Amino acid sequence: MSGPVASLNTVWFALIGVLWTGYFVLEGFDFGVGMLSLAIGRDDTDRRMARSAIGPWWDGNEVWLIVAGGATFAAFPLWYASMFSGFYLPLFIILAALIIRGVSFEFRGKRDSARWKAGWDWALAVGSLVPAFAWGVAFTDLMRGLRLSPAGLYLGGLSGLVAPVAIVGGLASLTLFLAHGATFLSFKTSGPLAGRARATAMWMSPLAALLVVGTAAWLSAGGSHGPGYLPAAIPIALAAGCGLAFVIAAMLVWAHWEGAAFGLSALGIVAAVGAIFTTLFPRVMVSSGPGPSLTIWNAASADKTLIVMTVVAAIFVPVVLAYQGWSYWVFRQRLARPPGQPAYVPAPLRPHSAPGLHRGGRGARSG
Amino acid sequence: MNVLLDRWQFGVTIVYHFLFVPLTIGLGFLVAIMQVQAYRTRDETWDRLTRFFGTLFLINFAMGVVTGIVQEFQFGMNWSNYSVFVGNIFGAPLAFEGLLAFFLESTFIGVWIFGRNLLSPLVHTLSICLASLGSIVSAFFILTANAWMQHPVGYRTVGHGAGRKAVLTDFWAVLRNSTLWAEFSHTVLAAFVTGAMFILGVSAWQILRGRNAAAFTRAARLGAVVALICVVLVIVTGDLQARLMDTQQPMKMAAAEAVYKTQSGASFSLLTIGNLSGQPIFQIRIPHLLSLIATLSWNGRVTGVTGAQAAEVARYGPGSYVPVLWVTYWGFRIMVGLGFLILVMSAWALWRSRRGGKPFELGRWTLWVLVACIASPFLANTAGWIFTEMGRQPWIVYGLLKTVQAESPTVSVADVAFTLGGFALLYTVLGVTDVILMYLSARHGLGEDPHPPDGPGAPGEAPAQELIY
Repeated sequence: MSGPVASLNTVWFALIGVLWTGYFVLEGFDFGVGMLSLAIGRDDTDRRMARSAIGPWWDGNEVWLIVAGGATFAAFPLWYASMFSGFYLPLFIILAALIIRGVSFEFRGKRDSARWKAGWDWALAVGSLVPAFAWGVAFTDLMRGLRLSPAGLYLGGLSGLVAPVAIVGGLASLTLFLAHGATFLSFKTSGPLAGRARATAMWMSPLAALLVVGTAAWLSAGGSHGPGYLPAAIPIALAAGCGLAFVIAAMLVWAHWEGAAFGLSALGIVAAVGAIFTTLFPRVMVSSGPGPSLTIWNAASADKTLIVMTVVAAIFVPVVLAYQGWSYWVFRQRLARPPGQPAYVPAPLRPHSAPGLHRGGRGARSG
Repeated sequence: MNVLLDRWQFGVTIVYHFLFVPLTIGLGFLVAIMQVQAYRTRDETWDRLTRFFGTLFLINFAMGVVTGIVQEFQFGMNWSNYSVFVGNIFGAPLAFEGLLAFFLESTFIGVWIFGRNLLSPLVHTLSICLASLGSIVSAFFILTANAWMQHPVGYRTVGHGAGRKAVLTDFWAVLRNSTLWAEFSHTVLAAFVTGAMFILGVSAWQILRGRNAAAFTRAARLGAVVALICVVLVIVTGDLQARLMDTQQPMKMAAAEAVYKTQSGASFSLLTIGNLSGQPIFQIRIPHLLSLIATLSWNGRVTGVTGAQAAEVARYGPGSYVPVLWVTYWGFRIMVGLGFLILVMSAWALWRSRRGGKPFELGRWTLWVLVACIASPFLANTAGWIFTEMGRQPWIVYGLLKTVQAESPTVSVADVAFTLGGFALLYTVLGVTDVILMYLSARHGLGEDPHPPDGPGAPGEAPAQELIY
């Protein structure tokens, strides 16, 4: 089934692309920071700095996923139904990861025990790693073609999702977010932690660039299930743009222009999501048979729903962007190690009694 | 088999999620009130109470957030036929909930946690107010979706067989749904009661421990006042909802009472021992009360289960339309009974503390009862939702789609069994952890330092963001 390209269906396809872009650009860096807090955080203060660097925002960043899910449900119910029931076990794993990750922020500091804190450090790292990898697998699967029934439901089970190209796609998103997060940490923190983040960003960014371009090339070489409406050159160019952005970002980090580097790595992720959605258009799930692909027409809600959604989105998306942008501006300062905490002190036994960390003005957290 | 497991999974995860949600809404609202008071009066005690209850609020908030994502995903994961059937209508409020409510809530929670020393007191106070507003707006949209399942409006169905689905005809009708407004007022007020009883109970505990008795007396009085006002309104809106239910879902009303025969001037049974099938061993009944609740008249006609069953068969074809009666009967009674218990307890606490200015002069025994009463709104909320959702069965969307038709055809029994076990395990571990941390944080009390410094950095220096996590 097909329909007019100039339609609300196309608008909502693009808007869902925008929502996923917002999710991957924003939660992307906090996934990266979550993994790096364990990997390059040497002591308790480092890890608290990494957590606090994303602290004001990670929850708001995750809402982009919730809105993307809700918008897909509303605008393309069959896409939502087929993808979410089809990716059943991976989504369960992602949910479990997001759960332990989310509570780790509140729970970690509530007890003064090194084991307790180490446990939640692992929860944050693993809870960030799993979705950072799994989303890449899932989106590669949407593009490469899956077994769909005539009614549009996914038939392949778990084994149908873990093709080699999808694994490479997962590694691409994983390294992309690690590089993005390392660039963010080098920009948002200072001192030795920022130095290690810089070093990580400089080798991780080119690796991510390679994997993104590699996934795109593999997908286009093996694209046996028919192209979308857009010339194949567009997604390839966007993937190459993403790769280029990350290579330049690595050089900017090396030149100590971390702010500009973070801007470029964010742009690189925009380009990567752009590559995914331009590959798909006008399909939302590519079928390798026996049923047809799901498209922006056969999976969509009727116009009445799309009109209501368009009006509400037109009013409130700018409002959300305004206040979320404001919250980023409020917490724009670099984080420093607290005074009295020079570099590389071995993790103190009772970090809360360390000078400079437990002042009266710790917000609502004084408990 | 699959549907049974799907229902268990949805039931387990939603009941668990809804332990945290009302406390988030209620405690968020009350912490906002405390901080507004602190801002208005520049009174240090309000400020310290804001911080104390703010800490408990945030521990609870985290659990509500992470268990909420599961709920949004589960519609597609376990109920794909349902999702396709309702997506045109049900999806929109879910998307709006994220866009209008969750962004507001989570962004300003972040600002509130990290902004205490970076922002002016006014902006900091506004941020908790906006976060609280976000949580209330989220209740509105999710209940828009739920109310449509209870009482579908503003739609027509198109297609046949597996391709049958509901499409939107009038979005205003969906927003003006009478069931929505009854549910929304009832649920949000019940959430305020939950937050208020929590504050009352925790304060009573602190007074018992002799910690900052004057400050916690103030918090307890706020809790008691809000609980009393809101629980009266909960009863009023609940009554409103009962009458809507009597016309919109007569089977549910009959099942709430387990009354079989349609009758006029029906009595209300307070409790039943023995089976509910019409020959109980022992019953306490209040004459005419059921008719009064359902129809607002002494001799109003109340449809019985048998009559409702016949009516639904005539309308929708053969089959059983009777929900599990012991669940609806006892769910309804637990909810209503605990509501009245809260009414009595909050009024009593307020009455006994009426001497102005003095510490909360209640006996130790009374204070311990107030501590125990923390559980009552949670049990009442749970019982109420189990009643209203299981009372709608066998329908998932009343009159349009049955629950057995709603599941995901491509998800295997083994998969659902695995995830059900996984969620149960994860939620149990986190639930125990959460309660322990709540207890530890609450035990900490208001802390020793009544004069917190204004923040890090020397005077005159711009304040820096702190390492809060």
